[in-house]
Amino acid sequence: MSATTSTLDVARIQADFPILARTVNGKRLVYLDSASSAQKPEAVLAAMDRIYRESYANVHRGVYTIAEEATAAFEAARTKVARFIGATDSREIVFTRNATEAINLVAYSWARANLREGDVIVLSHLEHHANVVPWHILRQERGVEIRWIPITADQRLDLDGLDDLLDGAKLLAITAMSNVTGTIVDVAGLAARARAAGAHVLVDGCQAVPQMPVDVHAWDADFVAFSSHKLLGPAGIGALWARAELLEAMPPFMGGGEMIRDVTTEGFLPNDIPWKFEAGTPAIAEAVGMGAAVDYLQAIGMDTVRAHERALTQYALDALADRFGDRLTVYGPAGADDRGGVISFLFDEIHAHDVSQVVDEEGVCVRAGHHCAKPLMRQLGVPATTRASFGVYNDRADADALVEALAKAEAFFAI
Amino acid sequence: MSGLQDLYREIILDHYRAPRNRGELPVPPAHLVEGFNPLCGDEVVLYLEVEDGVVTDVKTAGQGCSISQASTSMMSAAVKGKPVDDARALIRAFKALMSIHESKLEGAEETDLSADLEGVRLGDLEALQGVVKFPVRIKCATLAWNVLQQGLDETAAESEA
Repeated sequence: MSATTSTLDVARIQADFPILARTVNGKRLVYLDSASSAQKPEAVLAAMDRIYRESYANVHRGVYTIAEEATAAFEAARTKVARFIGATDSREIVFTRNATEAINLVAYSWARANLREGDVIVLSHLEHHANVVPWHILRQERGVEIRWIPITADQRLDLDGLDDLLDGAKLLAITAMSNVTGTIVDVAGLAARARAAGAHVLVDGCQAVPQMPVDVHAWDADFVAFSSHKLLGPAGIGALWARAELLEAMPPFMGGGEMIRDVTTEGFLPNDIPWKFEAGTPAIAEAVGMGAAVDYLQAIGMDTVRAHERALTQYALDALADRFGDRLTVYGPAGADDRGGVISFLFDEIHAHDVSQVVDEEGVCVRAGHHCAKPLMRQLGVPATTRASFGVYNDRADADALVEALAKAEAFFAI
Repeated sequence: MSGLQDLYREIILDHYRAPRNRGELPVPPAHLVEGFNPLCGDEVVLYLEVEDGVVTDVKTAGQGCSISQASTSMMSAAVKGKPVDDARALIRAFKALMSIHESKLEGAEETDLSADLEGVRLGDLEALQGVVKFPVRIKCATLAWNVLQQGLDETAAESEA
């Protein structure tokens, strides 16, 4: 792989994903729901299979050979994940069940130790419920105030009133890329303004980390949450990256094995970071699978991944506009420069759910619903949209298949 | 598209395009009840007028997919003017049509759904049977009926109070 951005050989990539060989309703599987959860390459499946077949044991406990091997594989995965997002210290990666748990970890540990009644948390109208509900819970418990960054007519952040919103804020919790509109957020710019106001910065990296080069230090974030399952890795594991000094100062989140140094009848001493936050036997094979997934993406190169997503998204946006014109409302920024590989749309007269059902008949998998972003859906004024999203294994033929399937849906429901 | 034709029968699309009993009723005397399908954002709003054990009037509002809205329309037409007892029998019959075993999780013997269907004329509602082949859509079809059930329960509780 050359250092410059190269064009992705999608046909070769597709061959790495066994599920893409199957059919649905007699049609080629066209998987356009990677923003929800991505498919897994053979390398991930093999890595998980290998650990179970050859080196499976609990981690950080036994001194026997396979326990050492399992521990080494588990910790190697942590280092890979850390490097993947530009972290310089693997102790700053806490494995969680998913990104939702990573954000909850910050809400339950850091926020409860540091935020008081009346303290301000700033969110945006683009947020996924995972970056909304933990703060609602905190508000109910602690009486913190939540302020919302509004959005423009094309679903970008409206930053006109940002300084007022950030005035006195303790935390800015923001997505780096909308899972509904694909809007890419200028995290570094927002983080600088949040810091100037004295706020900490949490980034929901679920959509951005799988789709573009991410450097947590370039973002100047304090916390970054992301999941493995959108990153071509297995479900059941995710990660929180946080600055080591913050993790050191934070109280444990859950108690149990692994997270302790000592336990007496009187109390306990917590383990070092990151294990202080990893109570109980972790998802060992899943961590290894996540490590294999970032290896896979790194071999492609994240600049190449981003260039691919951008080109394919622009192609699909153009194809949808050409075929359906004003009959189809497409949400989000107009061009692919400021959006990831996510396109939400709605026919004037056909419900998103019905569209999804008809295109499934053509083997095309798209999501229909509110995409766990109801505050955003309220801003859009619709109960649901249909969403197509692209991964490294999608190509123009998939976008074409989407357009053809949508044309069938439109004809089917024509009045 | 044979599977799709089963799901989207012409009569369903007809109810979706031209829903019956759309509108509002003054509350009170009508009872207002709403339900949501959190998975897909379907919303059913029901205005229910019950007098002397009879569903004297029904109006519906809300938005959602064709299955949820057609089911709402069909439900409103089926229960309007009917005794509450008949409406409750229809709810049971419709859920039986959707193969919903209410007691399945309680470890009971699998209930005989045909008992709930017996003696109940489903009419147009039978068109919704194709939904059973699409399990994730069953919730779309049953939403209106759950809302009706809640409305009947609430009006019954009110009249007792």
